[in-house]
Parts: sequence; structure tokens; C-alpha cells
Amino acid sequence: MSSVSPSPYPETDEKADKPKRHEWPLWEVFVRGQHGMSHRHVGSLHAPDAEMAILNARDVYTRRNEGVSLWVVEARHIAASSPSDKGPLYEPSESKIYRHPTFFDIPDDVGAM
Amino acid sequence: MYAQMVKSTGQGVKSLDEMDPQERAFQERINRDEKIEPKDWMPAAYRKNLIRQIGQHAHSEIVGQLPEGNWITRAPTLERKAILLAKVQDEAGHGLYLYCAAETLGVSRDELTEDLLSGKMKYSSIFNYPTLTWADMGAVGWLVDGAAIMNQVPLQRTSFGPYARAMVRICKEESFHQRQGYDIMMKMANGSDAQKRMAQDALNRFWYPSLMMFGPSDKDSVHSAQSMAWKIKMNTNDELRQKFVDQTVPQAEYLGLTVPDPDIAWNEEKGGYDFTEPDWSEFFDVIKGNGPCNVERLAARNKAWDEGRWVRDALLAHGEKRRAARVVAAE
Ligand SMILES: [Fe+2]
Ligand SMILES: [Fe+2]
Repeated sequence: MSSVSPSPYPETDEKADKPKRHEWPLWEVFVRGQHGMSHRHVGSLHAPDAEMAILNARDVYTRRNEGVSLWVVEARHIAASSPSDKGPLYEPSESKIYRHPTFFDIPDDVGAM
Repeated sequence: MYAQMVKSTGQGVKSLDEMDPQERAFQERINRDEKIEPKDWMPAAYRKNLIRQIGQHAHSEIVGQLPEGNWITRAPTLERKAILLAKVQDEAGHGLYLYCAAETLGVSRDELTEDLLSGKMKYSSIFNYPTLTWADMGAVGWLVDGAAIMNQVPLQRTSFGPYARAMVRICKEESFHQRQGYDIMMKMANGSDAQKRMAQDALNRFWYPSLMMFGPSDKDSVHSAQSMAWKIKMNTNDELRQKFVDQTVPQAEYLGLTVPDPDIAWNEEKGGYDFTEPDWSEFFDVIKGNGPCNVERLAARNKAWDEGRWVRDALLAHGEKRRAARVVAAE
């Protein structure tokens, strides 16, 4: 919560001062499969621009009909939660067991619910 | 294997009591089979080892395209050509999945590439052997991809999340590779006498180099012990080699081919075959750069990198220009 990092890979920032002039930007790739599911992150790749990123993603991640739709996002635009926030972010939901339907005992006589 | 002889930086494996609290918490997560993710704390040596291992693995996939690429234009039928092309394209994909995994550890793609091109980082010794006949395409798919599968299947459970996920993708594709190789071998072994001789000759040449892929015996190696404690290596080299021999000998029998080792014999007691170890002096020589194709392989990668530079630069400049134009238009 306190520290939302702009880069999914903070370790790479240490090297940010090194010249990387020839390296194409890093893109994260998301694919939606055949069966109406949400887009799912499948990996990343380098490409000079969004159009090339889509074409490369087609070749790298959908060679066997893995998807019907592709999203690419430049990795530097992804904000990620930090591991040290794991507690404050997710612990609050642990105690709220009443959010699950199994919390409530409904007599069998009521029928399916 | 695809990452042979990865030297770890640690000296022996520390017990939990010897570790500082952060290190201990990390090791306990690994012991519980929790995945380590890129942003999590990890010991510097774990990071360094993984960069070497995943990098070597990626380089092997990329350089591994060369011996098979050699036959694409000379495949005997259009169907075989299409299949081989798809197989080699998969290997490019495998390299890319693995470079991505390595990059999450803080190394850049170009650094890895440059370390391969300068010879600082290694790739698997197997790709320094030539592919002389079409039967070699069969032997490579059957034996080399077969050996790779032995190693890669357990790595799907490795402790580093991005590496494990890359392995899952790779393993899904490898079975096609091995089967198309064995299919070529079946055709050749059941063909004319000349084809049969080619198949036997391919097996003769690739048998021992395939056994070398697992690396020398590492029973007493501190490097391996540390990698196994970190679950970035799941089995010893000898375990995997034995499994490979046990799987492959009956497959050779089915083809009517002879494994080039007169001492192959089933050992009832250990439930596996006894076999002759490869010539390890040859292995170390190939690793050092003196295999039949080391020079040719590195020269081919360097040529591709150097001659592709203007394309990479031009596309980058074009991409930047368009991004800048879009920013101006938006203002
Ligand atoms: Fe591969
Ligand atoms: Fe393969």
C-alpha cells in the first residue's frame, strides 16, 4: 500500500544508469483463450512498438491456438504491489469467513440454495 | 544438461541454524514448496546462480537451432520441412521464454546475449557436434530432445516462479520434438539398407554426446548440493542419465538399431541398465571450445547479431519517433 512500485522488476532499476540504447522496450503479454475467459498473463517479450509487440506475441505465445485475443502492455506501465505489503493488503480478508457461502448452515429441508 | 556445470558461488550448504533470519525464512519458504517471485527477497548467490543457469539454458535453445536449421532447406519432403521448421521455431520460443525469466532477476537481454557472443557464458556441449545426414534430424529429436525432457520435466517444480512457468510452457512443446525425431528414425530404420545404415550411424555419433548432456557425475559436488537445496536443480546428473538410458535402450531395440556400447546390460538388482560412461575428457574439451563446431556456432550467432544491428536500431528509432509524435498530438 505504502510502496507501489512503478516497475514490476525493481531489481532492474539498479542497472537503470547503464546504457541500454539498443534494447527494445519490454512488453508484458496477455492472451485470452478460446473459451471466453479473461486475458491471462503468459510472459513478456521485447519489441520496438506496440504493433510489433502484437506480432511477436503471436509468434512467441500463440503458435498452437492458445488464444483468440492478445493484449500487450509496456512493462514500465504496470504498477505492482510489493511483497512487504502482503500482510496489510490481504490479511483483512482472512477473518471475514462470512463472505463464503459455506459459512451459513441451511437445513436440507430447504432444498438447493 | 542444457545448463551443464553451473558453478554456484556458495561453499557448501548452510544448515538452517547457521543462516541469518532472512536467509532462514527464505530457505523455509523453499522447503514448503512456495514459489519465489522476482520481487521477493533472495540471497545474492541464489540470484546469481539462477541468472547463470537460466541464461545457459536460454543460450542452448538459441544455439540449438543451428544444427537443425542446417537441414531445413534439404528436408526430404515438404511435410518434413514444415515440421522441422515448426520444431526449430519452437526452440527460438524456448530461448525467448527463458531470457524473459532471467530478465526478471535484473539482468538485461543484451547483457546475456553479449556474454554468449563473447564466449563468457556457455551453452550445452551437444550443439557443438555436426549434423551430417538427414538421419541426424531423427537422432537429435529422439535423443537430444529426449534428454532435454528428462531434465526439464522436474524443473517445472523449481523454486523460482518465472523459471518454473517457462518450463511448463516448454515441456508442453517438447513431446512433439521427440516424437517427430523418433518418427524420422522409424522411417529410416525401416527403409532401404542405406537408410538403415544412416540411422545406425546417427545413433552411433549422438549416443555418447547425449549422455554428456547431463554433465559429469555430481554426487559429491558442493555446487549441486546447494542448487538442490534451493530447488533450482531437482535431480543429480547421474540419476537423470540413468533414467535416460533406461528409457532409450528399449526404444533403440524397437528400431532394430544397436546402442554403440557393448557393455549395455540390464541389471536386475538396480532395476536399470549398466552402461559405459562417456569420455569425460572429450566433454571438457568441447566445453573449453574445442568441439567440432564450437567456432562455427559462435561465428553464426555473432554474424546474426552484428548484421541484424541496423534493423534493431532502425526499428527502435522508428518506434521512438512514433511515440514522440503521439505525445505531441496528445498535447
Ligand atoms: Fe527446447
Ligand atoms: Fe526441443
